[in-house]
Amino acid sequence: MTDFLMPKLGADMTQGRLVEWFKKPGERIARGEVIAVVETDKANVDVESWVAGTLEKILVAPGGDWMPVGTPLAVIQTEAGAPTAAPPAFAAAPMPPPAAAPIEATSIVAPPRPPTPSAPSPQPVPAAVGERLRISPIARKRAAELGIETSAIRGTGPDGRITLEDVERAARERPPAVPAPAAPAADKRQRMRDAIAAAMARSKREIPHYYLATTIDMSKALAWLAEANAKLPVTGRLLAGVLLVKASALALREVPELNGFWIDGRARPSEAIHTGVAISLRGGGLVAPAIHDADKLSLSELMQRFTDLVARARAGSLRSSEMTDPTITITSLGERGVDAVYGVIYPPQLALVGFGKVVERPWAVDGAVGVRPLVTATLSGDHRATDGHRGALYLDALDRILQEPEKL
Amino acid sequence: MNNEEIKSKVLGILASVVPELEPAELAPDKSLRDQLDIDSVDFLNLVVGLSKTFGVEIPETDYRHLYTLDACVAYLATRAKA
Repeated sequence: MTDFLMPKLGADMTQGRLVEWFKKPGERIARGEVIAVVETDKANVDVESWVAGTLEKILVAPGGDWMPVGTPLAVIQTEAGAPTAAPPAFAAAPMPPPAAAPIEATSIVAPPRPPTPSAPSPQPVPAAVGERLRISPIARKRAAELGIETSAIRGTGPDGRITLEDVERAARERPPAVPAPAAPAADKRQRMRDAIAAAMARSKREIPHYYLATTIDMSKALAWLAEANAKLPVTGRLLAGVLLVKASALALREVPELNGFWIDGRARPSEAIHTGVAISLRGGGLVAPAIHDADKLSLSELMQRFTDLVARARAGSLRSSEMTDPTITITSLGERGVDAVYGVIYPPQLALVGFGKVVERPWAVDGAVGVRPLVTATLSGDHRATDGHRGALYLDALDRILQEPEKL
Repeated sequence: MNNEEIKSKVLGILASVVPELEPAELAPDKSLRDQLDIDSVDFLNLVVGLSKTFGVEIPETDYRHLYTLDACVAYLATRAKA
């Protein structure tokens, strides 16, 4: 049995509103199946279940109040032997709360409470203040998933170690979640701005950014693209941006330290390369959902995923995994005429790649000056995770890969 | 198909690409990109819509002819199948 929680669909999400259930009590749920729609400050998101099982009970009806991240929305009877959860990075390891608002879900959902008379023996041993918390990785992950503040849990394991059972017990004993106050009357656009403001302020407060830039000659890439598109029907044509996304993903294979998350005080590189692509929304704001395994997709597959993602982002039908899985973000403001973009890293990611406008400029090659289409590629890196040297190697790899477009 | 009919169809395609489009506010001789804040994905969707609706193949090299409403109508008037 496990709770299906209000998911944290990004570093900037603190609350959501249940819009629709796709399942009724008693119906089976496949792992990864979309079972509900949740409204966030940015969009309506199709939320997938991370467990297989049967929907036991619905706890929150559609159309109600805004609920904090971590609020139980339903109970799922899991299949025997099935993993209870495979939460995404944001749920597994939420960033510590910022010094100011917004309030983190963990502090709303699970206020510390004294031990109850029914607490099992042996007498649990609380972690002393300032002492390193003893907790198993599985228990820590489960606590994050349930929105339980681990420092408030009394451990019953060896030397007071917090076990999975301790976390489950704390979840059962906590008082019912108090619904978050209803969202202010401000319109959707204002709430999106508030969400972006919170995430970006947090990024700048917590992540020591370094910035690098390089100029890349796009002659070969654009010539290859023009030739390829001339052979393709209009419905199959590629955009230059897709080449940049693919090259950015491939370059991460050479410098994997830039791909992943900063969790619990250290970098956690990801083997999978899920590129978040920044998509501006009509009426303002942006989202950066993931193109999963971007390094492994062909250009035509990548193009299909990209255009589908843009359409669904603007229609408000993204999936929860797309919101939580990006291991790096790529943004381009070239179409808006800027030469370069020095982006703000989306926490808890480790880096952001930016592209400016492709412009024709004089460029020296082999001692001769010619006019070439050039683009400025930038890297914003988290200096806690990498140094400028590694960042420079990444941009060098990106440049090199774009000089061989036929291999993309 | 006369120019008014072509224009009406083009506006219909534009409305599918840019749902908040107000046809009456669209200056026919001004850049579609600038007026509608469309990006490369939107523009490609516009080209796909024009190609399907009018039954014409639109090579990338002709994209420069599609930057205003008037230009779209003129381009399609010479190529669209009756």
